[in-house]
Amino acid sequence: MVQDIDIADLKRITELIYSKYGYDFRNYAMSSFKRRILRIIELKNLSIESLLKKLNDSPAFINEFLDELTVNVTEMFRDPSFWRVMRDEIIPGILLNHKTFNIWHAGCSSGEEVISMAILLKEMGIHNDVSLYATDLDVNILEKAKTASYPAKNMDLNEKNYIRFEGKWSLRDYYKEENGRVTFDKNLYNNVTFRKHDLVVGEIFNKFDLILCRNVMIYFNQALQNEVLKKFHESLFKYGYLAIGSKESLIWCDVANRFLVANNEEKVYKKIKD
Amino acid sequence: MGPMSRFSLDNSYKAVVIGGSAGSFQGITKILSQLPKTFPLPIIMCLHRLKHVRNGFVEALSIKSVFPVTEPYDKEQIKKGGVYLAPSNYHMSVELGNYFAMSTEEMINNSRPSIDITLGTAAYVYRDKLIGILLSGANRDGGLGMKHIHDKGGLTIVQEPTECMIDTMPKAALSLTKIDHVLKVDEIVSLMKELDKHYK
Repeated sequence: MVQDIDIADLKRITELIYSKYGYDFRNYAMSSFKRRILRIIELKNLSIESLLKKLNDSPAFINEFLDELTVNVTEMFRDPSFWRVMRDEIIPGILLNHKTFNIWHAGCSSGEEVISMAILLKEMGIHNDVSLYATDLDVNILEKAKTASYPAKNMDLNEKNYIRFEGKWSLRDYYKEENGRVTFDKNLYNNVTFRKHDLVVGEIFNKFDLILCRNVMIYFNQALQNEVLKKFHESLFKYGYLAIGSKESLIWCDVANRFLVANNEEKVYKKIKD
Repeated sequence: MGPMSRFSLDNSYKAVVIGGSAGSFQGITKILSQLPKTFPLPIIMCLHRLKHVRNGFVEALSIKSVFPVTEPYDKEQIKKGGVYLAPSNYHMSVELGNYFAMSTEEMINNSRPSIDITLGTAAYVYRDKLIGILLSGANRDGGLGMKHIHDKGGLTIVQEPTECMIDTMPKAALSLTKIDHVLKVDEIVSLMKELDKHYK
C-alpha cells in the first residue's frame, strides 16, 4: 500500500490531466488532493506509475477518475440555520426587486442542495418563478443528481436537518421509498437545468441573482479561490447574493470590497459594486 | 534528576497538536487554563464533537483558556498564540505554508473532524518540530495520526489511561506506535510550562 505521495508525483498527475484533458487541478489545496489520489490508488489497487499510465492510455478512465477525485459528500439542508436565513431574509430580499430570478448552484455534486432549494421555493410558493442552474465538472455525479434518487439510509440525517430548518411539512412528503432507495418528486426539478461546468477553466455563462457555492472552494488554494470569486462577482447582477460555506471567507480576495456582508454567521454576501 | 528535566525539551518545536474525544473536555480545559501567558507555540486541537451543534463549544473552551480559542477559516494562517479548534462537520488539515484547510470528505472512524487527519497533516508539515498529545476518547481515531508524528520524529504524548474517563483512544495509540510520554493532565501542564521556559 502506498503510504504517502511526493509533491513531485502529484505535479506529474495534475500536469498530465491538464495537458491531456484540460481539467486544471494544479491549484487545488494540497492535503485534500493528496488524500483523494491516495484513496483512488487504494480503491483501484494502483501505484502512482500505473495510475499515470492509465490516465495517459485510457481516456475512458477520466470520468471515473474525476468522480472519485471530487468530494461528493453532502447533505440536504446542511446547516439548517443557513436555509432559514435563505427563506426568511435573502430570498425575500431578492423578491423585493424581482418577481422571477435565477439561482446558480456551483459545484452541485449529487444534488442535495438543489433539492433543498427546490423544496424551500415550493414551500414559499414561488417554485415556478425561479430558474435553477446546477453545475459540476463531474459528469457522472450530474447524472446521479438528475435522477433525484438517494440511498434511504441517508434520509435520517436529511430529515433531521429539514426539521431544524423548520420546513412546512415532512421531507417524506417529497419522496417515495422503494428497495432501500428514495426518489424525489420529479416536479421539484421542473425549473432546474443541470449542466457540466468547470469553475476553474469554465466561461461565465449567465447572470444570476443568487449563487450558492458552499464548501467547494475549500478544495482550492487561495490564488484559485481569488480567481473563481472574480467569476462569481461577474456572474452576479448588481445587488445579487453570493453564499459560501460557513468556514469560508471573502476577506482576503480581490473582490471583497465589491461585496457587503448580508449575513455574517451564514456567510452570505451582497454584490454592491460592478 | 528533578521533574523539570524528565522531558528533555528544547526550543525547536513549531506547534502543539491535541486530539481528544469523550471525556477529554475537562483535561483540555485544564491545559488551556494553565498555559503560561507567553506560551510560544500555536495549539491546534481536533476534538470530537456533536455534528449539528455549530456554536457553543468554542465559547465553552474559551471561558477558562489563557488564550482565546477560535475555529479557523479555510486557508487561515497559523500564528503563535493561536489556539485553534477544528470546526464541527469539517476535517481540518495543516498545509505547507503554515495555514489551515477545511474539507468535507467522508467521515473517518465515523468522525468528522478526524483527529488522524489533523495530526497526520500537522506531522507532514512540522515533521520533528511537532508535539502531539492524545487525550481520553472512546474510539481509535488519533492513533494513526500519532504514528505519523512519531515516524516524522515528533514528540508523542498520551494521557495516562488510568486517568482517562475512556481509555480506548490513548491505548490505541500506545498499541500503534512508540509514545514518548504517558502523562496525567497535571504532568502535561508541567511539560507545557517547561517548554515555555526553553523559548526565553
